[in-house]
Amino acid sequence: MEICRRKNQIEISELDPFLAELLRQIPASANPEGAPAAEQRIFSPPINGKETELCAEWKMYVEPELRRLFQTATQTVGADLEQLNGNEKSLVSRTLRIPTKHADAWLSALNQARLVIATKNNFTELELNDHLRSPIGSRRDLSLFQVNFYGFLQEFILRELDC
Amino acid sequence: MSRLLRKHEAKFAAPLLIDFPRATLEAPTIEKEEATSQEIEMPWNVIVHNDPVNLMSYVTMVFQRVFGYPRERAEKHMLEVHNNGRSILWSGVRERAELYVQQLHGYLLLATIEKVS
Repeated sequence: MEICRRKNQIEISELDPFLAELLRQIPASANPEGAPAAEQRIFSPPINGKETELCAEWKMYVEPELRRLFQTATQTVGADLEQLNGNEKSLVSRTLRIPTKHADAWLSALNQARLVIATKNNFTELELNDHLRSPIGSRRDLSLFQVNFYGFLQEFILRELDC
Repeated sequence: MSRLLRKHEAKFAAPLLIDFPRATLEAPTIEKEEATSQEIEMPWNVIVHNDPVNLMSYVTMVFQRVFGYPRERAEKHMLEVHNNGRSILWSGVRERAELYVQQLHGYLLLATIEKVS
């Protein structure tokens, strides 16, 4: 896989089918529905303790706004990922071009996905920092690889935004 | 603060008593103003809590964007979150603190408001 900036696009080329599939899974992975712990992490309370009035107002007014914000980001990413659709079973490498104006949406969707996967799998800080983990041998290993792969993409996008 | 100001305005808005023809000016009585803890609103802190998933570079970028902090200050807070588990990013009136927390949640950071005790 190669990743580089070309004018107003971030280009990810030489994407093998496995990595292309991981990218395709970003919108689905970012969805916390059905996982209360992930939902609780994505929509965390604004205050610790028992300030029920603020928490109730937050749920009523702020949470719907946040939901919309997160959904818009995953929809933008989903639309970009349509470039990878078709010939899913082909072993040919693919190229994905992300407009730099979509960088914020990608950062958000990748972050949502990483948080949801990490919460669902209850990854420890030690596991998350173990970048030299041995080959994927279980569903849990695959999820950890997914979190780290998405993190790598985030780092690259952040570096490009910084330029 | 605003309640204190109103109290001052009320006191100084009282007309001066001028008793003609002697034309003596009644000296104003200066009361000692003691602000009680109820009169001064204690500020609220915006706290960001550690989260093993969010990248350090991402957290730094969010602090720069939300609070307009220069990179060095944003990195200092990010490291504080990483090493101490939390950092106070901002202190001030509650409404603004809530707005900052809303923005931080929009970036998926773990943030809360907390009244200064």
